[in-house]
Amino acid sequence: MAASAPLAREPFDKSLLLVAPGALFMLLLFVYPFLYGLWLSFTPKEGGALANYAHFFTTDNLWPTIWTTLKLALPATLINVGLALPIAFKMRLKTPYQRIVTTILVVPITLGTVLIAEGMLIYFGPKGWLAQFLQFFHLYDGPIRLTHNFTGVLISLVVSGFPFAFLLILSYITGIDPGLARAAATLGADPKAQFRQIYLPLLAPGLAMCFCLAFVQAFSVFPSAVLLGSPAGPTRVISIAAYEAAFEQYDYSLASAIAMIMGGVQLLIVVAVLGLRNLFYRGPVVGGKG
Amino acid sequence: MKHDFSELRLDRVTRRFAGHGGAAFNALSALTMTIKRGEFIALLGPSGCGKSTALNCIAGLLPLSDGSIMLDDVRIDTLPPERRGFGMVFQNYALFPHMSVDRNVGFGLRMRGVAGAEVATRVAKALKMVQLTGQEHKLPGQLSGGQQQRVAIARAIVIEPPLVLMDEPLSNLDAKLRIETRAEIRRIHTELGRATIYVTHDQDEALSLADRIVVMKDGVAQQIAPPEEVYLQPSNLHVARFMGYRNVLELDVAGQDGDRVTLTGPGIRLLGTKKLPLANGRAAVAIRPEEASIGTAGDTNAVAGEVTNVEYGGRDSLVDVRTPGGIVIHVRAPHPPRVGEATHVVVPVARALVYPVG
Repeated sequence: MAASAPLAREPFDKSLLLVAPGALFMLLLFVYPFLYGLWLSFTPKEGGALANYAHFFTTDNLWPTIWTTLKLALPATLINVGLALPIAFKMRLKTPYQRIVTTILVVPITLGTVLIAEGMLIYFGPKGWLAQFLQFFHLYDGPIRLTHNFTGVLISLVVSGFPFAFLLILSYITGIDPGLARAAATLGADPKAQFRQIYLPLLAPGLAMCFCLAFVQAFSVFPSAVLLGSPAGPTRVISIAAYEAAFEQYDYSLASAIAMIMGGVQLLIVVAVLGLRNLFYRGPVVGGKG
Repeated sequence: MKHDFSELRLDRVTRRFAGHGGAAFNALSALTMTIKRGEFIALLGPSGCGKSTALNCIAGLLPLSDGSIMLDDVRIDTLPPERRGFGMVFQNYALFPHMSVDRNVGFGLRMRGVAGAEVATRVAKALKMVQLTGQEHKLPGQLSGGQQQRVAIARAIVIEPPLVLMDEPLSNLDAKLRIETRAEIRRIHTELGRATIYVTHDQDEALSLADRIVVMKDGVAQQIAPPEEVYLQPSNLHVARFMGYRNVLELDVAGQDGDRVTLTGPGIRLLGTKKLPLANGRAAVAIRPEEASIGTAGDTNAVAGEVTNVEYGGRDSLVDVRTPGGIVIHVRAPHPPRVGEATHVVVPVARALVYPVG
């Protein structure tokens, strides 16, 4: 075989070096700790490699934390996405209020979960403003228990998670060519049909993505579950179990295993939702060349 | 929603927008006209003239600021677009990207609750009309621009609307496809036998398609007339300029005798035909390059000058002739003189149209 002339090589693109800091950062602060944790979870204090996992799924105050967390995270995610969708839909057109409403709705994003928890304790607590208001006007005279239980954590997850869901959905909706709805209108679609036939199918992939991000965020709930919930009972979420294993029992190996299980459950839900997403049309959301 | 009608009456249809600094301006001022069943109307004008505003007002996509629209005896300007039932073809087609071709075309029928089997037959018929049979199951993104455009037409006509509205439907197509599709649009219009309102900025399109042309400028209809009248007898200087009267010379009125006007300027003496009442003083004469010709000093209405430029154009060339007074006149000539030669431009008196300056 005759040796062919070597192909002219592309000169090395120096801008690729810009990736280096990010890649290094990921390697040091995510990939390494993750792999270390994974290895740690298979090297328990006593027993075989799978002892931690066996322990988790056979211990009565550990494995139910999966359900406890799901029972909080799934409703919170559904409420966030469900509330954000109609509001974002109303805010899709440029109106004088659009900026004001968007700003007000997004403010909680700037508050930390701890700050939100403190505020909620004052507002929703048994002697809080809400209780005092309701009792003063005799609107509701029974005891008001919205904190230190499931409801408290749920409300907190909605307060902190809603802005994310809202901003994400708003960006998806404003990307959809409003000309499509106008075209549908000239063909006889009333506003309800325009939403169901045009906006909703085109939004579905974005809603799935939004659901995943909101869910992952809610599933890793920790501060509000401790501050606003009852961390020994109904809001003993999986992150609390991991925290106790690591910092009360000093069993880092078990804590790592719990963290891996937590990641596994999140992955399962995300994969399921993204799988559903593939059933919908994905592609450009404009109506032609132009 | 009606399928048929005998006339659409626009009465002082006006649309105001808030302009810079809050001052309102009329994007469309008091458009009044009656469109009969079977007519093909072109709204013609440069961008920003209000033609698309007019179309959107008729479609119901923009509320009127004033005036009314009647379809026979039904007042429709207060109805939302989905209750007017007009078919509309958008400039960017606005096809639903997540629906196949047949679902796009059948959308209007499904919204009207037409039964599935009938939807299928009518969609097939409409796709045949626009020659897209065989593409039913493709998504719009898989079609070429010309095919997308025909899907948009099929989607608008399948509902058998009394009125088809088209907003520059050919502007995104290449020149060859544009001319082919133009003929298709006229054929479909005839086949449907209803009325079409067609927005365009292209004089050729308007002239070749329309039964009547509405020439617009700054939101005001300047002339509403059949193509030959708009072409030959523009109602004012704006229309003349837009319809290809490239020579607009501002001269002094030296005398008037009935329709005849004598105009003079530096090194020019021209006879023209008055189109609008003139005051003595200045007037503008509009001349099409193809209606003037190259001649000799002995011809009536000859203007002497020197050839400054010749652009070859196939069957004839565009010649620029400069008078001693510095006025440049464009004229088309099959056998052009050479650059630098002295020559004469001859203008038929009937085709030198004189308007007041403005």
